[in-house]
Amino acid sequence: MAYLEIKNFNKSFGNTEVLKGIDLEMEKGEVVSIIGSSGSGKTTLLRCINFLETADNGQMLLDGDILFDSETAKKDNDAILREKRLNFGLVFQSFNLFPQYSVIKNITLAPTLLLNDKLKVYKKQLKDQKLSSHDIKAKLHDFKEEQKKIIDADAEELLVKIGLTEKRDNYPCELSGGQCQRVAIARALALKPKILCFDEPTSALDPELTGEVLKVIKSLKDEDRTMIIVTHEMGFAKNVSDKIVFMADGVIEEAGNPVQIIENPKSEKLKAFLHGVSNKDGE
Amino acid sequence: MEFVEIIQMLLDGFGKTLLLFAITLIASLPLGLLISFGSRSKFLPVKWFCRGLVWVIRGTPLMLQILAVTLIPYYVFRIGNSDITSFLDIKMKWLLFSYAAIAFIINYACYFSEIFRGAIESVPKGQYEAGKVLGMTKNQIFRKVILFQVIKKSLAPVSNEVITLVKDTALASVAGVLELYTTAQSLVNTYVVLTPLLYAAIFYLIFNGLLTLLFGFIEKKFSFYSE
Repeated sequence: MAYLEIKNFNKSFGNTEVLKGIDLEMEKGEVVSIIGSSGSGKTTLLRCINFLETADNGQMLLDGDILFDSETAKKDNDAILREKRLNFGLVFQSFNLFPQYSVIKNITLAPTLLLNDKLKVYKKQLKDQKLSSHDIKAKLHDFKEEQKKIIDADAEELLVKIGLTEKRDNYPCELSGGQCQRVAIARALALKPKILCFDEPTSALDPELTGEVLKVIKSLKDEDRTMIIVTHEMGFAKNVSDKIVFMADGVIEEAGNPVQIIENPKSEKLKAFLHGVSNKDGE
Repeated sequence: MEFVEIIQMLLDGFGKTLLLFAITLIASLPLGLLISFGSRSKFLPVKWFCRGLVWVIRGTPLMLQILAVTLIPYYVFRIGNSDITSFLDIKMKWLLFSYAAIAFIINYACYFSEIFRGAIESVPKGQYEAGKVLGMTKNQIFRKVILFQVIKKSLAPVSNEVITLVKDTALASVAGVLELYTTAQSLVNTYVVLTPLLYAAIFYLIFNGLLTLLFGFIEKKFSFYSE
């Protein structure tokens, strides 16, 4: 059984059918790139996977467990939805860093908020053990300090990974687009998602800045991270992916290993798409 | 009439002005935020109530609203002012002051709510989505991500309203509140000299000058980032 299985995803906005029965499988540690012209539904697919949109139809299984089922999705309350979302990380095209927080705070904010949830659970456990309130306080304090240290250490490590240690106290407005996107990647990684998704991570960047972001993504590939990348960078997709999925008009038109897809396309649509992309590169 | 006495009386009036100003601000800012939530609510009755309220309040003169608040107890509920003062055991002047304060609070809350609504809607959708994919609750997203940006965006228009409020307090005279302007006016009428009005103008001017400096300072504090 595959690690992530998507079965028959359908999604419409009003009368427009954006996804028309998407089936996708990927293994743990695999990198899957999704390519296709704009309007083909690739971003919508990614948003459905991340629970930012709800597919009208279909199922999603992660590691054999049903994570999403359109039949029961309406019953998911906010808390369940949050928990499910945390299986995935998402890096946006427009970064969406929090402008009022420094780089380090952008990375530690979400883990710190999750720690508060953990503390509540832990407090309840301690209360059930019938400890004195003084002991509970002391234990909670220790636990909090210990967890905070872990969060901070993780964040510092991530800063090293994205090569922005010296920018730790800067604000996003003081960074270049490429640096912002690297911070966004670190922010997503801080929650240790099982699958990291990228929605055209370099599309909002000046051409000379795409390299640094792609380099970070490549380094994640070398750590065997499971990733789904929606991208327009054909060269990069070919280089980093284990599998490339070509989407057109809401369906997966063709999927396969990178060499086969890019150098030996079968469907006419893919041929036309690749032709268009290479023409653009030639300009 | 001695100069000192005139100033003393004007200071008394200015005290009322300040009190009305402070009470209005303290109450109308949070109330405005609530109304801005209401007018964005998905629950239609709440949404339309809030939008309707804002429409009525912004569409009619504040002076009329103050008058309306003072008249409603008697003309709608047939409860006289003296009944209220004896029931609550307060002086008549504080009842009238309360009428004015209620009208000011509702009026300013409506204006603030529109400022906040605009600011909330101008925060990019991506900020909410980033919060969601990072596992935050709606509450956390608003408190930790959105609110600060809303405050920053609201600062300039709010400071504008605040300065208008200082001058609008003069309208409280409709309710019979002896604030700064009314005091100056009555001094002019009694002693047939115009100087009290000049002094009042100087009071307003100095106070607004201080507020302008304060808001400049706050805006500077918030300018450590841009979008």
